[in-house]
Amino acid sequence: MREFDYRRAPDVTGAVALLAADPDARFLGGGTNLVDLMKAGVERPALLVDVRELPLDRIEPADDGGLRIGATVTNSDLAAHPEVRRRYPALTQAVLAGASGQLRNMATVGGNLLQRTRCGYFTDVAGPCNKRVPGSGCPAVGGEHHNHAVLGASDHCVAVHPSDMGVALTAFDAVVSYETVDGPGELPLADFYLPVGDTPHRETALPPGALITGVTLPPAPVAAHSRYRKVRERASYAFAIGSVAAALDVRDGVVREARLALGAVASRPWRARAAEAVLTGAPASGDTFAAAADAELAAARPLPDNGYKVTLMRNLVVAVLTELAEEAAR
Amino acid sequence: MTTATTGRTTVKGAVGTAHTRVEGRDKVTGAARYAGEIPFADLAHGWLVLSTVARGRIRSVETGPVLDMPGVLTVLHHGNAPRLTTDYVGMLGIPDPTAALFQHDRVPHVGWPVALVVAETPEQAREAAEALVVTYEREPHDTALVAAHPDAYAADGHMPAVTEKGDLEAELAASAHVVDAEYTTPEEHHSMMEPHAATARWDGGRLEIVDSNQGASWVQSELAKLFSLDESAVRVRSEHVGGGFGSKGVRAHQVSAAMAATTLQRPVRVVLTRRQMFSLTGYRSPTVQRVRLGADPDGRLRALEHRSLNQTSTVYEFVEPSAGVARVMYDADAHRTANHVVRLDVPSPTWMRAPGEAPGSFALEAALDELAERCGVDPIDLRLRNEPETGPVSGLPFAGRNLAACFREGARRFGWADRDPRPGLRRDGRWLLGTGTAAASFFAGAGPSTALVTAEADGGFTVRIAAADIGTGARTALTLVAADALEVTPERVRVRIGDSDFGPAMIAGGSMGTRSWAWAVTAAARELRERLALGTDIPPEGITVRSDTTEALGALAQKERHSYGAQFAEVAVDTATGEVRVRRMLGIFAAGTIVNPLTARNQLVGGMTWGISMALHEEAVRDRNTGGHYGPDLAGYHVATHADVPLVEADWVEDHDPDDPVGIKGVGEIGIVGAAAAIANAVWHATGVRHRSLPIRPDRVLSAGTGASRA
Repeated sequence: MREFDYRRAPDVTGAVALLAADPDARFLGGGTNLVDLMKAGVERPALLVDVRELPLDRIEPADDGGLRIGATVTNSDLAAHPEVRRRYPALTQAVLAGASGQLRNMATVGGNLLQRTRCGYFTDVAGPCNKRVPGSGCPAVGGEHHNHAVLGASDHCVAVHPSDMGVALTAFDAVVSYETVDGPGELPLADFYLPVGDTPHRETALPPGALITGVTLPPAPVAAHSRYRKVRERASYAFAIGSVAAALDVRDGVVREARLALGAVASRPWRARAAEAVLTGAPASGDTFAAAADAELAAARPLPDNGYKVTLMRNLVVAVLTELAEEAAR
Repeated sequence: MTTATTGRTTVKGAVGTAHTRVEGRDKVTGAARYAGEIPFADLAHGWLVLSTVARGRIRSVETGPVLDMPGVLTVLHHGNAPRLTTDYVGMLGIPDPTAALFQHDRVPHVGWPVALVVAETPEQAREAAEALVVTYEREPHDTALVAAHPDAYAADGHMPAVTEKGDLEAELAASAHVVDAEYTTPEEHHSMMEPHAATARWDGGRLEIVDSNQGASWVQSELAKLFSLDESAVRVRSEHVGGGFGSKGVRAHQVSAAMAATTLQRPVRVVLTRRQMFSLTGYRSPTVQRVRLGADPDGRLRALEHRSLNQTSTVYEFVEPSAGVARVMYDADAHRTANHVVRLDVPSPTWMRAPGEAPGSFALEAALDELAERCGVDPIDLRLRNEPETGPVSGLPFAGRNLAACFREGARRFGWADRDPRPGLRRDGRWLLGTGTAAASFFAGAGPSTALVTAEADGGFTVRIAAADIGTGARTALTLVAADALEVTPERVRVRIGDSDFGPAMIAGGSMGTRSWAWAVTAAARELRERLALGTDIPPEGITVRSDTTEALGALAQKERHSYGAQFAEVAVDTATGEVRVRRMLGIFAAGTIVNPLTARNQLVGGMTWGISMALHEEAVRDRNTGGHYGPDLAGYHVATHADVPLVEADWVEDHDPDDPVGIKGVGEIGIVGAAAAIANAVWHATGVRHRSLPIRPDRVLSAGTGASRA
């Protein structure tokens, strides 16, 4: 483990300036992932710029009626916020489905979006990994991959994104705000994560040295009728093997609006737009839900040991949408 | 000078009464120090470097650049490390060469120790260790345990490899019902909270080791042999231990610390990381087991065959004796059991909570459930119909076999009588519900031990014994045992353990610790009480009596001595997602005298929780290409969380053997035995699908679907 310097950022401008001055610097939020990666030797920063004390810890109404969530809001505070619980219940459920109470007290919203894959090859510095060492190879394709990607992956990398929170944010069209030395910027979460292709080491579209300052949720009445369900290999404190964030607006037995995002199936939270297209305007029935799931999963390319994920995600989508439709009918 | 007698006032027996841990306050306030946190002046820190290849030779250890790094004191490796003696037979057999560090250039598995970097701080040692370049000559490796491995052979371990009687094929052919199935269990790791840690230093001509282990005098003896020292020149202390489960014997941490302390002539500490523990501290081998049962129409067994195969390393033969269970549990006219091993390019496995019984009972008790289904006999009735009169293999009488009482009490409390045996019928929302049961047994043995009991001048009593409290509550149990033997209240007894200077004693293992130590403590305490009864004056240094149970153990009548249990589980299965949740468990045990109900229940519930973990979660994954582990940490290796552990109840029935001089049987291991089978049997009852490979992961449940048995 490399020796490193530690600086507490005085303000946002100072934080991005510190990072810009040192190519080996990293922002430190809750440290729940970065510190682990430093211990494993995956990350070897020379300088940690602690941004957790920055005044980015508010959840406030946005001008358009949405919600603006500061980057250093802890996962615990996000999940507990009354407006989040009322207007975006799947987001609260997603956050609470992740990690443990202690970790959620430390972890930040910005850090959650930037956490790295838990692929065991990525964290094993003794072996190859295209994400960690570009061009070194991907041992997962011919090795252990029962919890790897079935959508949007490539021969170069089949790792999945571990975030639960990100799945719900993706379903709700969240927009990421950031600051750089050249000024602020915004990225819709849909464009935030880059396609895997042959560059799995390039994970986000953030400019180099950018600091996430917040996430904005646009107003979405449909989100009030939403749900997150996560399947994992034990009841708590495990990453998903499949998860669904869904919102459904059903009137007179017809789906007026649907939001659907899938977790643990791809290198990013997976917005299921093909499924949403099938759902919108269709009868709120099991057949519709199955057809929607099939439309999305038609693109699935499972490996020898993760084909179950296609079945799992189909069942999970149908189950969650059915529950939401039944609630709407009550 | 005072005169003390233990007095004739009637003291209510302490044994059998719930008592909180005598060191509990120290533990929860942090006053109790563990091996890795005891301060030493001038302490240096060692960090192990492990091999990254699965088989081959070390070509070079490029120490030069590392020795120039800040704080680095030395780098030990096969080219410069002290020579060790390994051709000896210790208390538990020949030593596992995994602990005989740096003696040659061969690499037998990924994670084999190849060097120790010692520096002024742990951070410096770690950074230098991670920078050390070691080059290898690689050779092709084989790390895959498969049923028909051509190199498998029958192996004894601590019991005969093969037992057989009768004509198996003939009895199977004559049977009305036959079960023939293969069961597999994965590689499992002890995963105790406290990692292995040791500090070694030379003090006045003695090598002193402050360690976390399961037997101070055992580790002392092994280290003395390895380093060719007189036993009196080695002192091992291990006061508080954060879990062991079979893994905390002589390991790379003590040996490397002792080497470095010798080389540098200053105290050296070595602490293992969780990842290092996966290859250096043993594990439960995966098993491939085949069970064949043949029965009459009413379920009486005519034929029983249980074969097991486990892996071991190329440097050490360890047998996971899974087929041994049937030698105690069930008889048949034709009865065959066999344990096989195959040597692979993997780390050495070792004892892990209920070695043999844990995986063996999964296969055998699941097969019996399948037989009950075939015969249309209730699973409990099937077992009771097959209760043997004498040891099925030994022919020896049973020293108390209260399995039937466990099943009767368990069935009553669990509500078994109302159970519809048909699978796949009960539903609660998205969950299918089912119940299952299984039997349990574990050997109740003892090992020779010595104890010192002192009547102090202030009226108190001090017990000294090289026992180990690895979280079991042993220190408290021995306090109660000593109090009763001395006929005083527990408050007057102080028990000191975990120091090899107290003399040889049994390890905390095999569920034999408390039985063995209580025997020695009782013997010394009784003799002391008799002496004091004469009204002797107590000098300032006190009066000390020493006991040694070696002879008494040898005089024990040959019998089948075991604890027993009946396990019950209710599970919920969502076949759409593959999730399995245990809803409740009940275990009723016959485990002799229960010394401290509080900590005994804790141990039994802990064992049953291990059973949940074994059934549903635990599985160390090995990459077939590198031969190393995939995700070897507590995020990748899943043990049950609180949310996985619902209402787990453990209780016991009266279990008294008047011929047993101690009466204690031990409760450390029986709790896990049969637990995974009860859960797997309940999953069948819920879904109609037999899951014969552990853990019962969501993907396996999902792929298996519902309905017809895949038998």
